[in-house]
Amino acid sequence: MPMKERGFVRLLHLHPNDNVAVLAQDGKKGASAKLLETSLKLPCDLSMGHKLAIGPIGKGAEILKYGAPIGTAACEIAQGDHVHLHNIKSQYTVIEDMEAGQT
Amino acid sequence: MSATMTGWLRKDGRKGIRNTVLVAYLVECAHHVSEKVARDFPETDVQVIGFSGCFPSAYGQDMMEALCTHPNVGAVQLVSLGCENFRKADLVRTIEASGRPVNLITIQQTGGTRSAVDSGRAWVRDTLAALAQSPRVPMSPSELVIGTICGGSDATSGLTGNPAAGRAFDRFVTEGAICIFEGTGELIGCEHVMAARASTPALRTELIATVTKAERYYAAMGYGSFSQGNGTGGLSTIEEKSLGAYAKSGDSEICGILRPAERAATGGLYLLDVVPDGAPKFGFPNINDTAEIIELISCGAHAVIFVTGRGSVVGSAISPVLELCANPDTYARMSEDMDVNAGRILTGHGTLSEVGDEIYNKLVALGTGEMTASEELGHTEFVFTYKNPTQADPGCHTAT
Repeated sequence: MPMKERGFVRLLHLHPNDNVAVLAQDGKKGASAKLLETSLKLPCDLSMGHKLAIGPIGKGAEILKYGAPIGTAACEIAQGDHVHLHNIKSQYTVIEDMEAGQT
Repeated sequence: MSATMTGWLRKDGRKGIRNTVLVAYLVECAHHVSEKVARDFPETDVQVIGFSGCFPSAYGQDMMEALCTHPNVGAVQLVSLGCENFRKADLVRTIEASGRPVNLITIQQTGGTRSAVDSGRAWVRDTLAALAQSPRVPMSPSELVIGTICGGSDATSGLTGNPAAGRAFDRFVTEGAICIFEGTGELIGCEHVMAARASTPALRTELIATVTKAERYYAAMGYGSFSQGNGTGGLSTIEEKSLGAYAKSGDSEICGILRPAERAATGGLYLLDVVPDGAPKFGFPNINDTAEIIELISCGAHAVIFVTGRGSVVGSAISPVLELCANPDTYARMSEDMDVNAGRILTGHGTLSEVGDEIYNKLVALGTGEMTASEELGHTEFVFTYKNPTQADPGCHTAT
């Protein structure tokens, strides 16, 4: 029963308008996560504080966390995708420093 | 709960939740004498503050005047070397005008270290006895000034600690208290979100200008505002990081911008602009968390909420610091230093509202004789350094 082995990960929805949810604990790839009626599976191993899309987000649409934009979608984001450096574009130039630091 | 809260009534009408005697040096050369004076009273609320000097500083003067007349301060022993560049007569007059007992010792006149220490100890001893008779009067949470900062942040800070602090702020603002959040360098990227909460269009413009100024200043300092660790911790953009810090301001309307050493005229939520005007000068606006705490206190904060994820052990001179731990693992390791376990929200043992209420209740309880963990552990950190003088705008930037 892989689902039981991989366990269940709790999510936080910080603001009603948010289109991402935040992991409240570390989780393994394939672990289940549930937010109200939305069921998601972790696409990869993720640590506490990382974000999942709770629905599809179109390219260029704002990513909302805390009810506020934290950047825009750099590509089409599917429900359950890990939302992070690879698919968010900052609306501030400082993001370039951060991406350089990640490589 | 508010019925049991009391404060020490000062002659200028302000009420303090502590009855502190300050021993304040006016130049580093008088620091040792100040420490020796204060160490003679280990079990009482005698604390050392001071300005390193020795060059003239309007900012240093403003800060010392604000801190020596803080509501939590009952009396001040000033210690001067004698030759430093500090307008000490002005400082004495300001403290006298506030009705607080003040005594100035000038080491070069008393005849050196030993005589200055003896003289200071004698005055502090007499003053402590007199202060013990100070009137305590009923005080309401609406009369409090509360500051908040975050430091030693990690991915949990913006999830639990900062928003919970924001909930507490919302309650205090609703009651009419003065709440101050700071960190314009950590608000880069959310200035428009913040500006939307401004009480007037003019303030909206000012809030954005304040963050733009901070962006320029930190860039000149060569300060990288986004680290690899932030990304590893789950933060994806600078605006996401900023919003985590910004969450500690709560949801109330923002009614003004304060500068260091400036007091708000009315209750409400204020941004403390820690970044000086003009060309970047004297280095980083705040060299560490304590420098930020001291600026919040210079604006009259009776107490400061400190939100940490990694685990801070900072307290402060003058005002209690309430340590709020956002990370449950850190809390488990360092619980003796923490007042509130906000990380329990992540382990499913509490809600933001519950933790917000706990913060509110613990802050109010500071006015009923309760102490914070950092006070119990004897923390009285203090530092401030040079800055460009605060802008000569009259009063605060309260919207009218």
